Amino acid sequence: MIALSSLDVEHLTGIRGGRVLFRGLDFRVAAGRALCIEGANGAGKTSLLRMLAGFLAPAAGTIRLRTKDAEVEDGEERGRFAGWLGHRDAVKPQMTVRETLHFFTRLYGSAGDVEAALETVGLARLAELPGQYLSAGQKKRVALARLALCARPLWLLDEPLASLDAAGKAVAAGLVAAHCATGGIAVVATHEPLEIACERLVLGPA
Amino acid sequence: MTAFLALLSRDIRLAARAGGGAMLALAFFAAVATLVPLGVGADLKLLARIAGGVLWVAAVLASLLALDRLFQADFEDGSLDVIALGPLSLEATCLAKIAAHWLTTGLPLTILSPLLAVLFDLPFAATAALFVSLLIGTPAVGAIGAIGAGLTVGVRRGGLILPLIVLPLLAPAVIFGAGAVLAVLDGLSNGALPLLAAFSFAAVLLSPFAAAAALRLNLAG
Repeated sequence: MIALSSLDVEHLTGIRGGRVLFRGLDFRVAAGRALCIEGANGAGKTSLLRMLAGFLAPAAGTIRLRTKDAEVEDGEERGRFAGWLGHRDAVKPQMTVRETLHFFTRLYGSAGDVEAALETVGLARLAELPGQYLSAGQKKRVALARLALCARPLWLLDEPLASLDAAGKAVAAGLVAAHCATGGIAVVATHEPLEIACERLVLGPA
Repeated sequence: MTAFLALLSRDIRLAARAGGGAMLALAFFAAVATLVPLGVGADLKLLARIAGGVLWVAAVLASLLALDRLFQADFEDGSLDVIALGPLSLEATCLAKIAAHWLTTGLPLTILSPLLAVLFDLPFAATAALFVSLLIGTPAVGAIGAIGAGLTVGVRRGGLILPLIVLPLLAPAVIFGAGAVLAVLDGLSNGALPLLAAFSFAAVLLSPFAAAAALRLNLAG
């Protein structure tokens, strides 16, 4: 995992379907910090995350990732630093939990320990279960395990607490805290308070 | 390379499992190829002449059956986002998916084709030409189909638009492929196979770039 020193966003403007979501957004997240993005439905939280990941080009402004000796601005290069947890969990109905995690670990060329990750998210007993039999909360746990295994320095999380029970929420908060403690950056779009120290950014009507 | 193989083997495994579409394509191919001789009747000379064209069209349609899910399943469950952020470029991702599609549909169709050629009373030499033409031509079907699959990934029921985009582009493959079989039947020298190989080569080489560009548009959504 390449260490990041900061995520810098300057004068960012987001437009979706001809509607301005936000304009002139400026923020900076330093290594080891988490940023919680709040805002009403449709305020542009997901669009902002997709911009940070490089999927969506900003209408104006820049997004910069700083490492010790380089600055990354290009969208697809930025994506190589991002660990993504979207509101869809990337769990295949035909693949077992263990197969899913092994696949993403191999795809990302990470050295993560699948069994340990299963233990962390509380799915060790369900490792052989195909994705189609998992509940929404269990799928979210698989996604959290995948995120932890893929070892990326910039976590972009879209409603990571959705459909998780109390224990699951604690697991999610613990993973984010551990990620930040090792120098990672997390940007979290959420309606519910994440029980960790984080800065807050509220997206309002532009 | 590990990442490429990881994606390739996962897609092959998914295609082979329930709902994967590999067996479906094969069964569709066999059903169409069996129905045509029943419909045309027992004119063996006629059957042999149309065999190349019918089997080629059936192979293309069977391939398209599995193609509309090439990216769509991963798009819908969020896997494509995670794959796109992985170390593989989108172009390599498309190539891996095209390869997996060919190994699970194009190649089995090709292997099955000599058996179905019997129903058309196709002579051995012509059957060999059919086999070779499918072997070198079906990669082009998957590759060009991937462009259509990439374009329609965000479209509800995109599978219905996919053939309209892809079929006209596949006309050269069908013409050269069926032409190679006819040339053998007519005892002519066979110029169709080199042309088919060239078409297929260009399609496999260039399509990943077009498909990746189409996916980029849809990932922004």
